[in-house]
Amino acid sequence: MRIAVLSGKGGTGKTLVSVNLASVAGSAVYVDCDIEEPNGHLFFKPQNTTEKVISRLIPEIDEDRCDLCRKCVDFCKFNALALIGNKIKLFDKICHSCGGCKILCPQNAITEKEKRIGKVISGVSENVQVETGMIEIGESSGVPIISALLAEITQKGVDTVLMDCPPGSACSVMESIKEADYCVLVAEPTLFGVHNLNMVYELVKIFKKPHGVILNKCVEGIDIAEDYCKEKQLKVISRIPFDKELGKLNSDGEIVSRINGQYKALFVAALKSITEEASHETASDSKR
Amino acid sequence: MKIAIPVDSNNENTDVCVSFGRAPYFLIHDTETKTNEFVTNEAANAQGGAGIKAAQTVVDSKAEVLLTPRCGENAAEVINGANIKLYKTQKGSAMSNIEAFSNNNLPELKEIHAGMHGHNAG
Repeated sequence: MRIAVLSGKGGTGKTLVSVNLASVAGSAVYVDCDIEEPNGHLFFKPQNTTEKVISRLIPEIDEDRCDLCRKCVDFCKFNALALIGNKIKLFDKICHSCGGCKILCPQNAITEKEKRIGKVISGVSENVQVETGMIEIGESSGVPIISALLAEITQKGVDTVLMDCPPGSACSVMESIKEADYCVLVAEPTLFGVHNLNMVYELVKIFKKPHGVILNKCVEGIDIAEDYCKEKQLKVISRIPFDKELGKLNSDGEIVSRINGQYKALFVAALKSITEEASHETASDSKR
Repeated sequence: MKIAIPVDSNNENTDVCVSFGRAPYFLIHDTETKTNEFVTNEAANAQGGAGIKAAQTVVDSKAEVLLTPRCGENAAEVINGANIKLYKTQKGSAMSNIEAFSNNNLPELKEIHAGMHGHNAG
């Protein structure tokens, strides 16, 4: 089963939830899709790591062949090419690697070359295979790295996959949840938290993904998020308390479910609940 | 010599547009013939890379000078690559800025911003 963990903003507890769900899952793969600032590895401290470079294709222009007809410049919908003086200039960070300019060039002056955009680091931490995506500074789209990460795990054939998504609801999140069987929405119980929860709720509805909510930093008597979940008929899978000890362990880079029985029980129950929910959804899907 | 300015509308009373890449028109003023031409900025509604495309339009107009309130880094690369000089506009109409430039009263534009890159609220 592939479980995606997402939230409308950063700092709600996506990594806390996905790291700990992976830890209690028996044999699992933890995939850090938050490629702009992956931090799951800080908890897992994976061993035996290997690195794989991720590239995408960008055009290379042969100036001797180019006759400055500028068909490529006019074609590029992303405006990544400009004709300055007697030279075509490529803005590689704006290029979306569509390859159209290469196909179009009447002089066959354009070939494609690989541009390094990031890496995937693989390692092991006890029962968990840890896959971390990292984007190069200045690259604008993480989608190719996330898709390389997910392609990597497809080949491994493990039961439980935890995908720690980037914050928000943009392209990189959509890429991350595309293949998910279940989406866990992590939210804080504040008005701001509810606003952000609503963003990811709208997203998983569009993708028709089974979903449930984990509320983090819960304080007794503050029920804004609870009320929202009731109103939208969202299942609250788990409530993580606003707890000083948890905060301390987490900020020390510890995996709480590996050292604290109470939290281990909390995440075991959460994973059980997610598994039941997901299989229920699959069963009711197949009846349709 | 031709001077390019991003402008809000295609008439001679127009103000300078606050944006370069997303300006609806460029006013191209010919200092020899004292004539004005308005060129539509095809990049105004572009999804991305507006600065590059807008700068390409300025390059294609054969302007040697660009008067603009601001300019992003990608646009500046195209403008500088074509040896077009950049000057910073003052408040007021496009024509008053052309006059100020002719009297050497406009400073060179030195601050190049990092670009809007999808965050252009305007």
